[in-house]
Amino acid sequence: MVAIAEKHPLLFTGSDWDFDTIRRIHETVGEVAGRQLGLDTYPNQIEVITAEQMLDAYASTGMPQLYRHWSFGKQFAHHEMVYRKGMSALAYEIVINSNPCISYIMEENTAMMQTLVIAHAAFGHNHFFKNNYLFRQWTDAEGILDYLAFARKYIAQCEERHGLSAVERLLDIAHSLQSHGVHRYPRRSRLDLKVERQREAERHAYREQVYNDLWRTVPGQPSQTAGRSSAERRRAMLGLPEENILYFLEKTAPLLQPWQREVLRIVRHVAQYFYPQSQTKIMNEGCATWCHYRIMTHLHEQGSIDDGAFLEFLQSHANVIMQPTYDKPYYNGLNPYAIGFAMMQDIVRICESPEDEDRAWFPDIAGKGDAVTVLKHVWENYRDESFLSQFLSPRLIREWRLFHLEDDSTKPTLRVDAIHDERGYRRIRNALSRQYDIGWQQADIQIIDVDLDGDRQLTLQHNTVNGILLYEKDIDQVLQNLAAIWGYKVVLREVDPATGRLIKEHIARTPQRNGPNGEDQLF
Amino acid sequence: MHIIDRRLNPGGRSFTNRQRFIRRAKNLVQRAVREDFKNRSIKDLDQGGEISITREGVHEPALRRGSAGGRRDHVLPGNKEFIEGDSIRRPPPGSGGAGGPDAGTGSGEDAFRFLLTREEYLDLFLDDLELPNLAKRKLTGAEAKELHRAGYSTTGSPSALSVTRTMRNALSRRIALRRPGRDTIRALEEEIATLTESGADPTRLDALRIEHERLVTRSKRIAWIDPIDLRYRRYDQTPRPVAQAVMFCLMDVSGSMNEQMKDLAKRFYALLHIFLRRSYRHVDVVFIRHTDHAEEVDEDTFFHSPETGGTIVSTALDEMLRVVRERYSPDDWNIYVAQASDGDNIGTDSGRVAKLITEDILPISQYYAYLEVGRGDGQLPLGSVARTTDLWRTYEMHVPSGGHFVMRKVWHRREIYPVFRELFRRDGADEGGP
Repeated sequence: MVAIAEKHPLLFTGSDWDFDTIRRIHETVGEVAGRQLGLDTYPNQIEVITAEQMLDAYASTGMPQLYRHWSFGKQFAHHEMVYRKGMSALAYEIVINSNPCISYIMEENTAMMQTLVIAHAAFGHNHFFKNNYLFRQWTDAEGILDYLAFARKYIAQCEERHGLSAVERLLDIAHSLQSHGVHRYPRRSRLDLKVERQREAERHAYREQVYNDLWRTVPGQPSQTAGRSSAERRRAMLGLPEENILYFLEKTAPLLQPWQREVLRIVRHVAQYFYPQSQTKIMNEGCATWCHYRIMTHLHEQGSIDDGAFLEFLQSHANVIMQPTYDKPYYNGLNPYAIGFAMMQDIVRICESPEDEDRAWFPDIAGKGDAVTVLKHVWENYRDESFLSQFLSPRLIREWRLFHLEDDSTKPTLRVDAIHDERGYRRIRNALSRQYDIGWQQADIQIIDVDLDGDRQLTLQHNTVNGILLYEKDIDQVLQNLAAIWGYKVVLREVDPATGRLIKEHIARTPQRNGPNGEDQLF
Repeated sequence: MHIIDRRLNPGGRSFTNRQRFIRRAKNLVQRAVREDFKNRSIKDLDQGGEISITREGVHEPALRRGSAGGRRDHVLPGNKEFIEGDSIRRPPPGSGGAGGPDAGTGSGEDAFRFLLTREEYLDLFLDDLELPNLAKRKLTGAEAKELHRAGYSTTGSPSALSVTRTMRNALSRRIALRRPGRDTIRALEEEIATLTESGADPTRLDALRIEHERLVTRSKRIAWIDPIDLRYRRYDQTPRPVAQAVMFCLMDVSGSMNEQMKDLAKRFYALLHIFLRRSYRHVDVVFIRHTDHAEEVDEDTFFHSPETGGTIVSTALDEMLRVVRERYSPDDWNIYVAQASDGDNIGTDSGRVAKLITEDILPISQYYAYLEVGRGDGQLPLGSVARTTDLWRTYEMHVPSGGHFVMRKVWHRREIYPVFRELFRRDGADEGGP
């Protein structure tokens, strides 16, 4: 180790840094990340900012130039207060999934902290963004900054042209539906004329091949379309059922102005951009944390950072992956950094020194040796839900002493359904992974019908799970919003999908129309 | 890899959003600010501060599941004593503990807290208030010109000559042009003198003579002070709007005024001062206290030094007029008067008080507020109302109500703000006494 240490000069001493230090750190970290871990990243752009600017960045969900809206001001006011009162420190960094990958680092970080941040964000997160299938499928790292700039300008123009309050009201409405403004299934790939022609030719050739004139003489069936009810046809034409409410409104709401449709679209796009992030919290943070841990350890081993800096690192690392137990007053759910890091360390253990139990549970990876390749495969192809259900090991369940609690509101007490024993492992694993399933986290609400012949009533259906209804206080407001955009009556039915029984019905009527010819009803 | 230093970028990116947020929650925030004001001490009346409003008011609704009912699953770390099948008592709602991961996304606390800056605080605090008669002065306001220093110029009157600057220029010019110094010439002359005396080395003597000649011509040619060295102090004239106000605080400090009553008065003064400072660039405050004689004092003495004696209000008015004559010409200053008293006055003085107010003070002042403070302790407000004080009666009878003379009675600290608001409401409706 001493021999290596002589080869690598110290990157920095003490806690001061300058831009040269940052450049050197980035180079060395990049070298380790490339050589040791084989990380595949977007080019990095590192921006040094002040605490003030970090607060700014916080407020707009980390996006550098999101459009203006009061709710971001609210976020800002909240964070500012929390920070100024010393209730919590600011994050050390914010990283943006874009190409080049932008990491904001704070000027008051120590040199060690900058190293940690660069390893964590500029390489860990960056690799995850570039390689994870959800991000590849759903987000456009190349275009996001341009799109946000466009959106900001467009909305500012709308404010000028149509008035602040009209735009603000529309954004309020769109935000309230934002959670149901994403496409959850892979978009259809774009049609390609050449391929289509070829397919058509193939189909034609096939028909020619199997043509038999005899079929013509067989008495005909009643035609397909006539058999379908008009309701079915209507739904098919409108593309119902549709779970992307914002998309449906943008495309079909009868009374919207073009600019209003565009604003809905912007909100929808932003929601879609964040859609993968909400599904990969554990994996994303776990990946970054594991990478920074590996890289920092290696830097220390090769003598690029001294013992003091390494101890400082270990302390912040320990803070990051701290997981309080459920009975602590500051328990606030599972810490994604902690569980992600623990699971990835566990995968390394399984790969390198498996026990019999691991061989039984993870035959594919146990003893495989090359842990980094396995991890990279995992980072690429899983999201939180599938990651947990695949890789949460019995050993980790024991170490964390996880238990599964069943809370049935019809019963007076809570029931412990499973603990860390042979009978419980799988149940705990399933229950936990289900908690991270986006389809489980968010209410399943779909637009199922529009009464085109009658009063244009829009019907939504909430397929309840385990009898959990929507949040009473919000739902009426949201429906009222929906009705304002749709322009006609809106009905939301909460049903039990197993029996089809209607549990509850919410109705929202449009506000009194004031435009003489029906225009301007929205606001 | 790029490293970009963004630290110098203009901050306050969230400023607009923050403003929008405050505008949106204005009613709530304003109420909170006024609530907050009641608990503040005078010193930090005009500081920013932490404000808490109900979360409800700035709530953003969303399509999400409720937090009650149905069947839920929680997976929690740190099992110590449970085994499968155990029953646990339901923890009381909101106590944290086994809340599960969903608990964090719920409503949490129902107050939304944040910090307001000083400007925001005052804006909201004084939002719908307006200075009475501010417009009048603006309309008639002949703007005075004012001289102020504006660097140096190469021309100007001799009286404005800046000697230091001129000498500095001259010195640097002399150094730059290598004007021979007096010492050099003198040394040369001495050497010539000794050489002439001794008669040795005539060639050197000639060379020295020529050198001396050259230096003397040079020093004559290059002036000690040249016209291009001259610098004059430059003055600019700028129009000075009458954006200054003087606020006279008159207070009766005779024995009948106790600390608590003084505190009431002080609060009123403090409010008025904050308020004036927002409208005028410059606000002077003059404290005049009186018993049976009046004097101008500093703030600390004004509020805290005990004084005994009789009460003659007109002395304070005389003193105020004297100060106005000496320092605050009504043409240049907006004059505001706030008088606080418990209402006692010597009976024979009332005629003079009324005359001074109506004839001398009201014509020159923008606003005259008379605040009568009552004893908050023990004495029933109702009883006080029944007993009209001497001064109150004097003002009521002799001073024309309406216009810019107002009077109010206050018994308790909490009434100060409402009274203040009433006086400075934006519609400017003046009502007589209560």
